[in-house]
Amino acid sequence: MIQMHGIRKEYHMGENVVTALDGVDISIKPREFVSIIGPSGSGKSTLMNIIGCLDVADEGEYLLDGQAIEDYSEDELAVVRSRKIGFVFQQFNLLSKMTAQENVELPLIYQGMRAGKRHRLSEEVLDRVGLLERMDHRPTELSGGQQQRVAIARALVTRPSLILADEPTGNLDSRTGAEIMQMFHELHRAGNTIVLITHDPAIAAQAPRAIHIHDGRVLNPTSESEAIV
Amino acid sequence: MMLMQTVSMAFKAIRANKARACLTMLGVIIGVMSVVVLVAIGQGTTASVTSSIQSMGTNLLTVSIQTRSSGRFGGFGGFNSSNQRGTVILTTDDVLSWEDSDAVAAVSPTVSGSLTVKAGNVNTSASIMGVLPSYEEIRNQGVSAGRYIIQADVDNRSAVCVVGVDIAQELFGTTDVVDNTLSIDGRKFRIVGVLESKGTSGGTSSDAVVVVPFTLAQRMLENTSITSISVSATDAASVDAAQTYIENYLYRRYQNDSSYSVMNQSEMLSAVEETSSTLSLMLGGIAGISLLVGGIGIMNIMLVSVSERTREIGIRKAVGAKRRDILLQFLVEAVVISGLGGLLGLALGALLMDALEGVLGMTLTMSMGVVQLAVGFSMAVGIVFGLYPAGKASKLRPIEALHYD
Repeated sequence: MIQMHGIRKEYHMGENVVTALDGVDISIKPREFVSIIGPSGSGKSTLMNIIGCLDVADEGEYLLDGQAIEDYSEDELAVVRSRKIGFVFQQFNLLSKMTAQENVELPLIYQGMRAGKRHRLSEEVLDRVGLLERMDHRPTELSGGQQQRVAIARALVTRPSLILADEPTGNLDSRTGAEIMQMFHELHRAGNTIVLITHDPAIAAQAPRAIHIHDGRVLNPTSESEAIV
Repeated sequence: MMLMQTVSMAFKAIRANKARACLTMLGVIIGVMSVVVLVAIGQGTTASVTSSIQSMGTNLLTVSIQTRSSGRFGGFGGFNSSNQRGTVILTTDDVLSWEDSDAVAAVSPTVSGSLTVKAGNVNTSASIMGVLPSYEEIRNQGVSAGRYIIQADVDNRSAVCVVGVDIAQELFGTTDVVDNTLSIDGRKFRIVGVLESKGTSGGTSSDAVVVVPFTLAQRMLENTSITSISVSATDAASVDAAQTYIENYLYRRYQNDSSYSVMNQSEMLSAVEETSSTLSLMLGGIAGISLLVGGIGIMNIMLVSVSERTREIGIRKAVGAKRRDILLQFLVEAVVISGLGGLLGLALGALLMDALEGVLGMTLTMSMGVVQLAVGFSMAVGIVFGLYPAGKASKLRPIEALHYD
């Protein structure tokens, strides 16, 4: 479902050219739970942006659900994000002026879904993350762990083919972080494909497979079953 | 994305930042309010001047003789000296001879000026008109009490006068003033009648007038020349014939056509309308500039709003918003602000017009055309000045917007 071949990405910073990704090959199957681990500056954020269709590679081939993502315009990428990818960010990235439910419904609004169906689906996923009673609260009235669960609900509500989590426990204390990780395990068991980006080996180790990235290269491209931590 | 959704989103965003939205709106509110009120004042002035001209009678012709120097009385001017070289002097008999024409019904030379009028201890300034009895009919001037100036008053130079209701009210506190005395420039006059009220026109009252016999006014002015003559044609159809007759007469006397002018009512109307439509346009234009400034205010605030909400834009794009969605969101927000401002401006303008009606003493009406123009223009301001900030927002790249603090 994710197949990457020879992905390259360069950034121009003034006169310097920084190679963020230097020929990355990755393959992730449906229903897999994979962590991508690397120190800061390793290129894992760039990799996440490309996997999440927030950015496109300079070179190489990226197939998402068999669909080649290359030379897509910004709007075409937006459509792919809307239909196929659910994001969970370290900063939660909820809209502070909106209630939990409105935040969860946001991706559906951009899909052009009618209000009635939106409400039904959003309540369904908020129930799943255990926040149905708090759906009328704003993010500022929720704890960090609750905010992250709202964000997970927002990622789930479109039934994406891929949940992409970027340091989802980075802003949480260890107990709340463990609860959130528990939730990812449950989602994995329920058949979701999850890619989790982290710099924390302990978090990465919880995924059945870890992809190590360093200096823009994948260290264990072919390893598909065992995490090397 | 559905438009209704975008509109409700815009209202939410505006509610979230009420104070700022209101201040932004203020520019548009003031702009629209001034457009509406100033145009209404312009139109109100035109209407009242027009109606006061029409109330003078449609058969009216006004003749004015140009002089090189102005006398004691202002207005159309008068002579100080009757023996200026090359100057033709018209006498009362000269102008009354126009009545020989079939087209002319009545002629009255007039002399007017502003003088202090006094009764008891009360002083006021009034417009003094010296007229012949025929002036009553020529100008539809009727009296509501007593009588008008009669021929005997003119022949005897009687010290009698007919007063307008404003003057009566101001000097005596009542309109029941027949047989009272007042003094004009130190000379005692008996009041023989009160004029029918004609209301105000363009801020000056046509009821603040004192009518006296023409011969007496001439003597008070030490002036035997005639510079202003009111003429009524027999009927509407003979206005042109009367005008031609008088113009021919004056040309024979003056041997040029620059010393006098003969205006009929439709010429006067169109002259007034031309002047006041220029005035309305100018007032509207000035008000339009303030609306433009309001628009720049909207653009300014929208730009601030876009940079403050960069992260929000990033989040929206990450979950699937297209450029068009973001563009529409910010554009609708700008249009909602300017549209609301426009409506509020209309409402405040209506209130202001109510208040001004009393002060200006004219009827102000908000015409449908102006309402449509003001609302349409304020929406257009929102679109024009919202487009740039909205475009800027829509072009933000999602990764950069997401990592913006």
